[in-house]
Amino acid sequence: MNPIRKLSLVLAVIAVAGCAAPQVGSEASSLDARTAAALASSFTGAPPEWLQRLVQDDVQAQCSTARGRPSGDVAGAIVLSQQAALKYPDSGLMGDWKNGEKIAQSGVGLQFSDKPGTVPGGNCYACHQIAKAEIAHGTIGPSLLGYGKLRGQSEAIQKYTYGKIYNAQAYVPCSLMPRFGHKGILNEQQMKDLTALLLDPASPVNQ
Amino acid sequence: MNRVAAVITATMLLIATTGPARAQGASVEDSIAAYREMLADDNPAELWEIKGKAFWAKKRGPKNASLEACNLGLGPGVVKGAFAQLPRFFADSGRVQDLEMRLVSCMIDLQGLSRAEAEKNHFSTDNDASDIEALSAWIASESKGMPIALPQSHPKEKEAYAVGEQLFHYRAGPYDFACSTCHSSSGTRIRLQVLPNLTEPAEAKAIFASWPAYRVSQGTVRTMENRITDCLRQQRMPMADYGSQVITDLTVYMGVQAAGGQMAAPGLKR
Repeated sequence: MNPIRKLSLVLAVIAVAGCAAPQVGSEASSLDARTAAALASSFTGAPPEWLQRLVQDDVQAQCSTARGRPSGDVAGAIVLSQQAALKYPDSGLMGDWKNGEKIAQSGVGLQFSDKPGTVPGGNCYACHQIAKAEIAHGTIGPSLLGYGKLRGQSEAIQKYTYGKIYNAQAYVPCSLMPRFGHKGILNEQQMKDLTALLLDPASPVNQ
Repeated sequence: MNRVAAVITATMLLIATTGPARAQGASVEDSIAAYREMLADDNPAELWEIKGKAFWAKKRGPKNASLEACNLGLGPGVVKGAFAQLPRFFADSGRVQDLEMRLVSCMIDLQGLSRAEAEKNHFSTDNDASDIEALSAWIASESKGMPIALPQSHPKEKEAYAVGEQLFHYRAGPYDFACSTCHSSSGTRIRLQVLPNLTEPAEAKAIFASWPAYRVSQGTVRTMENRITDCLRQQRMPMADYGSQVITDLTVYMGVQAAGGQMAAPGLKR
């Protein structure tokens, strides 16, 4: 089966599954089917291995349907499933804040314009204020200036911080922040370095 | 042109980073707004408009015909006001088409070009100019000051809006991004770039009215197809086909959100 047909099938199955769910009316499910058809027809020039990106996982589908504001039950279920999928390093959660700063600055990776093999950055500054010296920061996420100074460096705080980078939706369902560990965007060392950027007393974040 | 673009971009950054209260978001945004105002009276897109107008009248292709009989929705050859009502449904193609896909249809039907010839260099590069970018700049300029009024009477036009709205909120890919991730709240920025909230009619109007636009950082006029393709790239989606349904439907969604706005394209952008 060629990849487009395969994708159509996957998307069609999702649409049919939507049909079966009691809360979805027939109008909504036919709209889902048409949306799936639009997606299936719109990327015919893309490499087949890229098409899987168009297929939603459960959390993506739930957050899309809820327009980012899930009801209590759905929100609770998302937090539980994402908490259960958290993975921590065997030892130590704090890496090198200097590397963390580089990772926070880097916005490359996983775009079709990137050279294959490009190591993805975290692009944290796109959305957050972090170190004071960097004024070209976005405002979609909260300011993280003084993050460690406010919270200290206890083991619980380290675990929370690493976990939040690994999968923000384990804490905030339908968060706008990418699930950097859960989706394999950043590796363990990179996430440890970012944890250090936020928590290390020597980091510019905490000066 | 690229060197000029680089100098202007550097100037913009300088203005943006040397304001009196530099760490404060509002003053950074004010500086960027001041930079835009400084350039607004002198939009290089005018050069593309002149080229586009000439291209509309130029005979080419196996049928040695111009585009002057092309129907952009208001009748054959009517350019004035046509762009403010696109995308719309066309009975001859059986599809909802944006300006670019309509131009491609006319090049195929009137001039006898193949689809590949018609779509050639649709997004210009440093080496190859784009006829479609020039045509888009001119045709858009012929709707300046007119109200954005995409028709929503045909079932396919309604469907394009409904699917476009779904796609706008469709989270997918390794980053979980949808259009709505960046474009459904007001007053936020990525780095220093202010993000329009496209679910808010007032902001949707201003944005939809300003494309196609001369992009200072790229030294050329870019179209809405190009803008959406690049948004999808940043969302970590695969590269969308030129004229794909996803792009058309998203354009219809934005255009209907922007109903009543006053066309002001070609705009001027970072």
